Amino acid sequence: MTTTAERSTERTYDFADLPWLMGLMTGDEKHGPAATSTLDVLWVLYDRVLRVEPGQMEDPTRDRFLLSKGHGPMAYYAVLAAKGFVPVDWLPGFGLYDSPLGHHPDRVLVPGAEIGSGSLGHGLPIAVGTALGLRAQGRVDPAVWVLIGDAELDEGSNHEAIAYAGPAGLDRLHTVVIDNSSASHALPGGIAARFEAAGWSAETADGRDHEALYAAFTAPHPGRPRVVVARVAPKNA
Amino acid sequence: MDTMRDRFAPVLTRLLDEDPRVAVVLAEIGRDGFTEAMLRHPERVINVGIREQLLVGAGAGLALTGMRPVVHTFASFLVERPFEQVKLDLGHQDVGAVLVSAAASFDWPAGGYTHMAPGDVALLDTLDGWTVHVPGHPDEAETLLRHAVGAGESKDDKVYVRLSVQSNERALAVDGKRFLTVREGRRGVVVAVGPMLDAVVAATEGLDVTVLYATTVRPFDSAALRRATEGMTGSDGAGADVVLVEPCLAGTSTAAANDALVDVPHRVLGLGVGRRELRRYGQVEEHVAAHGLDAASLRERIGGFLGAGAGA
Repeated sequence: MTTTAERSTERTYDFADLPWLMGLMTGDEKHGPAATSTLDVLWVLYDRVLRVEPGQMEDPTRDRFLLSKGHGPMAYYAVLAAKGFVPVDWLPGFGLYDSPLGHHPDRVLVPGAEIGSGSLGHGLPIAVGTALGLRAQGRVDPAVWVLIGDAELDEGSNHEAIAYAGPAGLDRLHTVVIDNSSASHALPGGIAARFEAAGWSAETADGRDHEALYAAFTAPHPGRPRVVVARVAPKNA
Repeated sequence: MDTMRDRFAPVLTRLLDEDPRVAVVLAEIGRDGFTEAMLRHPERVINVGIREQLLVGAGAGLALTGMRPVVHTFASFLVERPFEQVKLDLGHQDVGAVLVSAAASFDWPAGGYTHMAPGDVALLDTLDGWTVHVPGHPDEAETLLRHAVGAGESKDDKVYVRLSVQSNERALAVDGKRFLTVREGRRGVVVAVGPMLDAVVAATEGLDVTVLYATTVRPFDSAALRRATEGMTGSDGAGADVVLVEPCLAGTSTAAANDALVDVPHRVLGLGVGRRELRRYGQVEEHVAAHGLDAASLRERIGGFLGAGAGA
């Protein structure tokens, strides 16, 4: 218990701490692979790319990160805890009646969560609207990021958003697709091509390689929205 | 006379000029009315194409950045098709928007059932916190649209404005909140919702009933209904008799009326569009008659419910 107390006060966390933080959450083992597939992407984004800090959630100039793939949110909660958005001592309550941390995140309950998610296919359309809203207000700096899964791409709502965002030139919009080959009827190698056909800037990267992810996340893409397909080991491998 | 829908683009164009936080989101339908506004405010008049899930989701994203989105298409594509987006992207995210529909119950009968949505208000009733305006005249639609977008509501409010080609002859002074008392009587209360007023007034001519006019049906003006029924004796000698006449699905507001009178003996008759699909084309008037919502049918049904004591 001494260790827990030390860890929850005034210390900083790094990537190596995430497995321990995730280990504090139990009860959603069914979504375990979904949780770990996003871990590296979430860490690189929150550690090096996103310009958002705890206590900054009302600041209109912050970057927005929308977790659309809301199932298996342990990696997300672990990263939010590591970065100080939520207290580490919330983690063991994961999924309990009194806990703000559910098996799908709720933006009203979780500091740092831009949207509540769980039902697939909602994050990308909302991200499109967020990018439109920022643009309409002349806020050209904030970046909008949304994380979805490869099987989540099956949802038609995502296709509506992809097909619109390219021609609309939403260049502050960024999508990360975690590709763990979980779609039943996938077009092999087709994820990036789908986005490219709609006018997006696209790159496929190793979803465990932090430097490769960072480079893909920060590559310029003037006039076009950007997708990074992060490939990880297949869900059922 | 112009229609409520004819007022939509001009009113919203003025609101776009007045308030930089207003944005209009369209899915092709209605875009011609916004040609000028699109030139003046290219980033606040957004046409996403024929993509209704994106329509509502994008509206929610705009709201998350502090804008006041006005989201518009036909009722069947605005409320029914992307219903989960209405439920989750607005309700669950706890953000507001103004949904404005056209072609509600049977505004385009020749278009058939694919373009009818009599159940829109009943469907929204499964969600929490929606204000629902059902104007009965283009002037009222204008007032209620302004109220919904800014004047009467805070930016987080979720508001549905139901525009229809069905209309009463004259506009009344609606305020976006309360029912109006059109006529007073002692043997029952008839609540006419939006465009049903003229038919209800004609149907109740000579009957000893109170007629209330409702253009804002959610929240339901329980106080007005309770006041109207105070001291009333129904046809069975006890309690109050209430008839609801709605341009949408029959019974849409029955639960709201029952809740308003929960501690008062009462009976409620809910009249409106029938659930059964007619599979008929033709004209609005033919559908009004087929659903028993013309003045003559209403008189028979209201009179039968209230019994001989109600008058003439």
